Amino acid sequence: MSTSTDELTDRQGGSGGQERRSARGRLRSSLTPPPRTRATATGRPGARRRLLGAGAAVAGVAVLALLPLLDLRLPGVLPTATYQPGALQLMALCLLMGAAALTYHLLIGVAGLLSFGHALYVGAGSYLLGILLERTGLGLVPAMLVTLVAVVVLANVTGAVALRVSGIPFAMVTLAFAQAGSVLVRRNPGGSTGGEEGLSLNTDQVPAVLVGVSNTRNLYWLALAVLIVVFAVVSWIQNSRAGHLAEAVRENEDRVRVLGLRPYLAKLLIFVVAGTLAGCVGMVHLLLQSGAVPRTVSADLTISLLVMVVLGGVGSRWGAVLGGVLYTLLDQRLTVLAQSESLQALPAVLRVPLSEPLFLLGSLFVLVVLFLPGGLAGSVRRLSARTGRRRPRRDPAEVLGQAG
Amino acid sequence: MSTILLLLVTGIGLGAVYFLVASGLSLIYGLMGVLNFAHGAFLTLGALIGWETARVMGADSWGGFALSLLVGCLVGALLAALTELVLIRPLYERHIEQVLVTVGLNLAAIALFEGIWGTDPVFIQAPTWMGLTTDVLGAQVPNHLFITILVAVLVLAAMVLFLQKTRYGMIIRAGVENRSMVTALGIDVRRAFTLVFTIGGAAAGLGGVLASHYFGYVSPLLGGSLLIFAFIVTVIGGLGSLSGAAVASVLVGVLQQFANYYWSIGDFVVVILLAVVLLTRPSGLMGRKVARA
Repeated sequence: MSTSTDELTDRQGGSGGQERRSARGRLRSSLTPPPRTRATATGRPGARRRLLGAGAAVAGVAVLALLPLLDLRLPGVLPTATYQPGALQLMALCLLMGAAALTYHLLIGVAGLLSFGHALYVGAGSYLLGILLERTGLGLVPAMLVTLVAVVVLANVTGAVALRVSGIPFAMVTLAFAQAGSVLVRRNPGGSTGGEEGLSLNTDQVPAVLVGVSNTRNLYWLALAVLIVVFAVVSWIQNSRAGHLAEAVRENEDRVRVLGLRPYLAKLLIFVVAGTLAGCVGMVHLLLQSGAVPRTVSADLTISLLVMVVLGGVGSRWGAVLGGVLYTLLDQRLTVLAQSESLQALPAVLRVPLSEPLFLLGSLFVLVVLFLPGGLAGSVRRLSARTGRRRPRRDPAEVLGQAG
Repeated sequence: MSTILLLLVTGIGLGAVYFLVASGLSLIYGLMGVLNFAHGAFLTLGALIGWETARVMGADSWGGFALSLLVGCLVGALLAALTELVLIRPLYERHIEQVLVTVGLNLAAIALFEGIWGTDPVFIQAPTWMGLTTDVLGAQVPNHLFITILVAVLVLAAMVLFLQKTRYGMIIRAGVENRSMVTALGIDVRRAFTLVFTIGGAAAGLGGVLASHYFGYVSPLLGGSLLIFAFIVTVIGGLGSLSGAAVASVLVGVLQQFANYYWSIGDFVVVILLAVVLLTRPSGLMGRKVARA
C-alpha cells in the first residue's frame, strides 16, 4: 500500500505543489533501487562480501584485458576467435555500451531521473570530435579536450532548463532537446555532419596505433579503459556527498529542501556528470566505429540505454554494465541470425518476427518488466539470498511489488 | 496575404493531426500518470490497416476512405484496449514500469510492422476531390485539410461532451483531479482506465489515417516522428488538460508551418517554444499551478 498512501498524503498537501508532487509520487515505484545501506547494516559479513566483490572485479578486468591475447572461440556468441578483429570489434562495442549504460544508471539509478534524451550527449561527443578532427588541425588529445568542454556546457544548459520540471515532464523535455539535436545532425548544417550518411573519421590527426583493422586490439583496450574509468567515476560520485544528496532527493525532495539543502544543484550535478561521461563514451565510439552515424543522437539509442539498464537491474552498477553488454551482443547476433538460411526457410508467420532483432529485444524487455522486477541483478540477488545461509533478505522491489 | 492564409490553414491541419494524437496522450497521462510510448504504435497500426482497407475497397472511392477512417479508429481502439488489459493493468500503481512496458511494446511493435510492411514509405491515393484545392480568399487550400480539421473538431466536441455529460466522463474527470478519492468512494477506476486507453487509441488510429493523407504516405515510422511532437504539444498545453492540448496543437502546428516556410527551422522553433513555456510556466499553458522550487 505504500505507494498509494504516499500519493494520498501527497495529494493532501494542498493544491500548491500537487501536480509536481504527485508526478514524483508516481515515479517512485518498485524500480527505485534498494537503499544501499545494507552492507554497513549487516556489519562484518558486508565487509567480507565487499572484499569478495572487489576481488571478483579485479579478476574480471584481468580476464577482459587478456582476451585479445587468447585464442578463444565462442561459436554463436562471437563471430571469430577472440584475438581476431571481428570479435574484438564486437567486444569493444559491448564494453562501450556497458559504459554508456553506466552513465544512464547515474541518472535513473542514483538520482531517479528518467531522461529520454541521454543519447544527445553520446552523439555530441561523437560528432563534435569528428567535426573538430575534420575541420581543424587539432591533434586527437586537444580535440578531445575541446569536445569535453563543449559537452559539459551543453549538459549544463539543457540540464538547467529540463530540471525545472520533474518526473514525466522532465522525460518529455529531455526527449525534445535530443530531438532538436537529432534534427540538427540529419539536416547537415554546412556539410559538417554528413546528414543521413553520417560522418567518417578523419584519421590524419589520430595516432597510428588507433587506426586500422590490425589495431582493433588497441581500440578494445581503450574501450575497456573507458569502462573502468566510467565505473570508477560513477562509483565515486555515487558515494560522494552529492551522490547521497541526489539519492535523498530521489526518495523525498521536500524533506531535503526542508533540511536546507538544494535538490536542484545535486540533480544538475548528476545530470552534467552523466552527460559528460556519455560524451566521453561517444568520443571513443567515434574512434571504434571510424565514424559517427545519426543513430547515436536518436531517441532509439536512449531507449536502448534504458532497456539495458532495466534488463540489468535498476540501481545496480554491474547490472547496468551486464545489461549493456548483453543487449549489444543480442542485438548484433540476432541481426546475423535474421539472415541465416534456417530462418529464411521458416513460414512467414515465424520468419517475420524472428528476423527483427528489435522485436525480440522489445518483447524480452516487456517480459523482464512484467515478471522480473529488479532485472538480472535483482534475480541474482534473490537467488543468492535463497541459496545462502543468511536470513533471506526481502528484496525491496519484491516488497513494493506485493504492496502495489 | 494568400500565402499567409494558406500557411495558417495547413498549420491548423497539422495541429488537428497533433491534437488527435495528443488528446489521448493527455487523457491517459492525466488519469493514470502513464506516459504512453506505444501511442505512436497505435497510430501507425491504424494508418497501415486503414490504408490496406482503403486499397481493398478502392483507394479513390469515398466508401474506401470512410471505411479506412472507421477501421483505423477501431484498430487503434482495439490495440489500446488490449495493451491496457494485458500490459498496463498487471502493473497497477507502478507508474515507471507502466511507462517502460509501453516503451518495450513500441520497440517490438514498430520492428514487427517493419518486418511486415517494410521500412519504405508507401505513397497513398485518396478520392479525387481530396487531391484538389479550394479557393479561400485567394489561397489554394488542399481539400483534405478540411476533412482533417473537421474530424479533429468533431473528436474534440465528442470528447468534451463525453467528459461533461456522461457518468463515465464524470468519473474520469474526478479521477484526473484526485484518483485516491474516487477509489475511496468505491468506484472502480480501472474500468475508467481501460475506457480512457481505448478512447485515446481510437483517436490515435483516426489521427494515423488522417496523417497518412496529410503527408501523402504511410510507413511504420509514421508514428514515431508524430509522437515526439505530440509529447511536446502535451507538455506545452499542460499535462492532463484536453483544452490545453487543443490550443497547444494549433499553436505548434501553425508556428511550425510558418517557421518552416520562411526560415525552414520549424522543428527548432517548436523545441524553443517548449523551452520558453517551461521557463515561464512550468505546468504548461493550461496545466494546474505548480509550486516553484
